[in-house]
Amino acid sequence: MDWVWSHAGDLWSLVLTHVGLSVPPIVLGFVISVPLGYWASRSAAARAVLLTLGNVLYTIPSLAFILLVPVVLGFALLDAKNVLVALTVYAIAIMVRSAADAFASVSASVRESAVAQGFSPAQRFLRVELPLAGPVLLAGVRVVSVSTVSLATIGSLAGIDSLGNLFTDGFQRDFAVEIITGIVLVLALAAVFDVVLSLVGRLLLPWSRRTGRGRVRRSAPAAASVSEQVA
Amino acid sequence: MAIEFRHVSKTFPDGTTAVEDFSLSIPSHETTVLVGSSGCGKTTLLRMINRMVDPSSGSILIDGEDISGIPPVGLRRRIGYVMQNSGLLPHRTVADNVATVPMLTGVPKRKAREDALALLDRVGLDRGLAKRYPAQLSGGQQQRVGVARGLAVDPNILLMDEPFGAVDPIVRDELQQELLRLQGSLGKTVVFVTHDIDEAFLLGNQVVILQRGGRVAQVGSPKEILANPANDFVADFIGAKRGKRRLTAEAGASGDEVLLVDAAGYAAGVITAPGGRLELATAGSSPKSRSVSNKTDQAGDA
Repeated sequence: MDWVWSHAGDLWSLVLTHVGLSVPPIVLGFVISVPLGYWASRSAAARAVLLTLGNVLYTIPSLAFILLVPVVLGFALLDAKNVLVALTVYAIAIMVRSAADAFASVSASVRESAVAQGFSPAQRFLRVELPLAGPVLLAGVRVVSVSTVSLATIGSLAGIDSLGNLFTDGFQRDFAVEIITGIVLVLALAAVFDVVLSLVGRLLLPWSRRTGRGRVRRSAPAAASVSEQVA
Repeated sequence: MAIEFRHVSKTFPDGTTAVEDFSLSIPSHETTVLVGSSGCGKTTLLRMINRMVDPSSGSILIDGEDISGIPPVGLRRRIGYVMQNSGLLPHRTVADNVATVPMLTGVPKRKAREDALALLDRVGLDRGLAKRYPAQLSGGQQQRVGVARGLAVDPNILLMDEPFGAVDPIVRDELQQELLRLQGSLGKTVVFVTHDIDEAFLLGNQVVILQRGGRVAQVGSPKEILANPANDFVADFIGAKRGKRRLTAEAGASGDEVLLVDAAGYAAGVITAPGGRLELATAGSSPKSRSVSNKTDQAGDA
């Protein structure tokens, strides 16, 4: 533990670097996946192509991928953007499926009702389908967040600083404390991200908590029992 | 706000023909009920009025104006729509659901919410429910909110697609009475779709009995249809053949009340017959007798 305290400053700056490396792919992955997932939920052909593509991309070994990005996109070999691009692609690969399922989970009768009330297509998407897809989208982002935080450590093998530095350095020096510290910090960071995301979800999706779950309840008895619990 | 269908046909992209050469005139300020079994095209016809479905041929006019020239989104905001399973937005509170369309059309949020509370009163709901979410309400309450939402922009036309189809018989009876009461004071042009002939006779000023493919089997007031079914299909559909509407007086009832039973022997209701003689109602008051037939389905209602 002495080692940890004596290196607290370095560890903190590695944590911040790691945050900087994992947040953009999570955000970008979400923003890009939502329209793709919506498209996949509307068209069976799009769904087949996008989800297959996602699976294929996810099977590319991460280290090879990170080393391949600068070759394809022309970034410098030690540019952090290489890791950002690779992590974003992985995030999309996971998130598109979640987003497609999220939009498919919006009940057809609610969508029809929105049309009948006179929502324009854009209003229907932004005010009805997107919020109702929220709970499933949130579940997807939470998976992406944990996976991205842990995957970002690979960057260290390609010379990009992250909490993974503690692993590579610990291995080279055969110093277990450093490796364990790295694991604990990655886990802690992933947990913090997860808590933040679920708080954001509570804030943005108050209805999904008040009604027990994010799905529309249709049967009257079920709805009645919920109202009793709440009252 | 009269609605007119002129030689309307609809064939869906998959080749099924829902409606063929349908013509009908729907008078304003009255309730017209389209009734038929599933697959007769009644919902398709209803959805043509607010352009959720566009006809393959023929035209639909509202007050003489062909609606194919009216942008659908604007048209829908002017027409109330109530559907089965309420179709309420699960992520909005009751008040916000009722205020949905006014807010879409630019009514300030605060005003729209205040109006929504008044509408809750109007459909017989407690204002305390305003902040609940739809899933926290019973099925009957949800349908009332659905009706309130349909009335929110004070539309001249109200479309109702089997709105009471998914609630239990007792609640359905309440909702039907509530609708009759509302319609009595509002006088909207209501187009109501159902597969329940009793509901059609109870609510409709004009009842349209549909056969497969949107073919009109008979149009008329409930009285006209009951008294003179146009053909075997109608007679069968309204239950005349099964004897459900052929009532006979049962001997042995006490006092001036005579028990009426249908052909199957079920008690359908009682009728006052002083000294064993039936008094014939005068023409003006007779429509009330419809409710007698209704009671067969709702035994135990009282």
